Amino acid sequence: MPKVIYVSAEGERMEVEAPLGVSLMETATLEDVEGIVGECGGNMICSTCHVYVAPEWLAKLPAMQPQENSTLSQVAAERKPNSRLSCQLRMTAALDGIEVHTPPNQYPD
Amino acid sequence: MNTGLSPHALYDDPPPPGIPLVDIDPFCSEFFADPYPHHAAMRDAGPVVWLPAYSIPACARFAEVRAALLDWQTFSSAHGVGMADLIRHGHFRLPSIILEVDPPQHTRSRAALGKALSPAVMNTLRERFTEIAEELVDELVARREFDACTELAEAFPLRVFPDALGMRAENRGHLLPYGDMVFNSFGPANQFFQASAPRAREVFPWVEAEALRENLRPDGFGMILYQCADAGEITHEEAHKLVRSILTAGVDTTVNGIGAAVFCMARFAEQWQKLRNNPQLARPAFEEAVRFESPVQTFFRTTTRKTAIGGAELEEGRKILLFLGSANRDPRHWQNPDVYDIERKTAGHVGFGAGIHMCVGQLLARLEGEVLLQAMARRIRKIELAGEPERRFNNTLRGLNSLPVRVEAV
Repeated sequence: MPKVIYVSAEGERMEVEAPLGVSLMETATLEDVEGIVGECGGNMICSTCHVYVAPEWLAKLPAMQPQENSTLSQVAAERKPNSRLSCQLRMTAALDGIEVHTPPNQYPD
Repeated sequence: MNTGLSPHALYDDPPPPGIPLVDIDPFCSEFFADPYPHHAAMRDAGPVVWLPAYSIPACARFAEVRAALLDWQTFSSAHGVGMADLIRHGHFRLPSIILEVDPPQHTRSRAALGKALSPAVMNTLRERFTEIAEELVDELVARREFDACTELAEAFPLRVFPDALGMRAENRGHLLPYGDMVFNSFGPANQFFQASAPRAREVFPWVEAEALRENLRPDGFGMILYQCADAGEITHEEAHKLVRSILTAGVDTTVNGIGAAVFCMARFAEQWQKLRNNPQLARPAFEEAVRFESPVQTFFRTTTRKTAIGGAELEEGRKILLFLGSANRDPRHWQNPDVYDIERKTAGHVGFGAGIHMCVGQLLARLEGEVLLQAMARRIRKIELAGEPERRFNNTLRGLNSLPVRVEAV
């Protein structure tokens, strides 16, 4: 099965098996990955599944939809050029081994 | 229960071959008073069952309910999410352009509503909501005994929601009976619907008027829909309809969510202590209450094609009843589902639905629940029932008429 590597804000790495077609948000919540909440279940309204994608993977990701872009503008932690909503990143064979970093917070302080 | 065909049944189709029959009426007092044994009976009978009382199929297990909610292409909302088929039977309400449509209309409506109910908008509301929650809880704690349904679960949303939306001050008392009526209308035209419907003539024109641009304050989140219309993202008529939808769906649901959370806290004392020790758990505590009580118990979908589900074959155009409340208590998915546990992982629960129609106001509901539970956790040492709570029966909503509680101040 493909794998995804989640890296916490403190630098802790967690390698998790990720079924094809399942979003990195869903895999994270099923596997108890800290730092990803996914309150709205993948509807791009809550902004609590924000991740920073390791730069070498960016070109392999699906294009961002306008709704994702709009919700990303409201994330609690800093938005960076490699910010994505992990609910919009579905595992594919090409993404096997992808590394994503979780932000220090998913809610405003 | 031994029911036979309900006098309010709208369908008389024969069951598909092989489907287990479950002889219950899920829209009667006996069911509402204690739905759990009936939920279990449906879940145990099979992944999809037939309810002869209404000649309709139903799903009560987590896996099938969630899968059907996610698959809007097969299980459409466009024929209405109540028992009646909007196209075959006409409609009691004006059809919603968010709840009762599929893409592409749904996508337009949803994007605009998402702006009005976004995380950024919620951040602007948090401070004011917190102040009001603290004020209200201070008043109630000073009295020691109060009705946590009317004086807290109803009072709080009625104080914060209309102001945040930007409504006028008059006639806000219509909001609760209006919601009660609409959520009854998703079921059969039984005594619950008939008792709430007579107010329609008075309340429908009021809702229509309240949702007009000229009657909204410019700084409320309702106006954001009209700003989307100004920007050409939706039409002005759509903006009006979407404000109307917020008025319809935004009050009874949060009232029952908050009522559920307080009722849970009054029954599960150790969970209250957990919350007191860590008020940061207020948000997950509210979420778990939405799973545990499932304020919205049921919604219907309509099959868009011949569909195999759980070994049964459903014809195209068949209404199917999804028991969200039962899915959220299905032991096939949840450990100890009948226990309220604020540290439970609730991800995937269907209390707000799932998929494209998942509650668009969920952030507002969570904000209300969170700030109120936090205000309570910081002020109340102990909360317990001071009398027998009274259920309010509604064809869709699970909620209370009264919840007498006694509290001890910190």
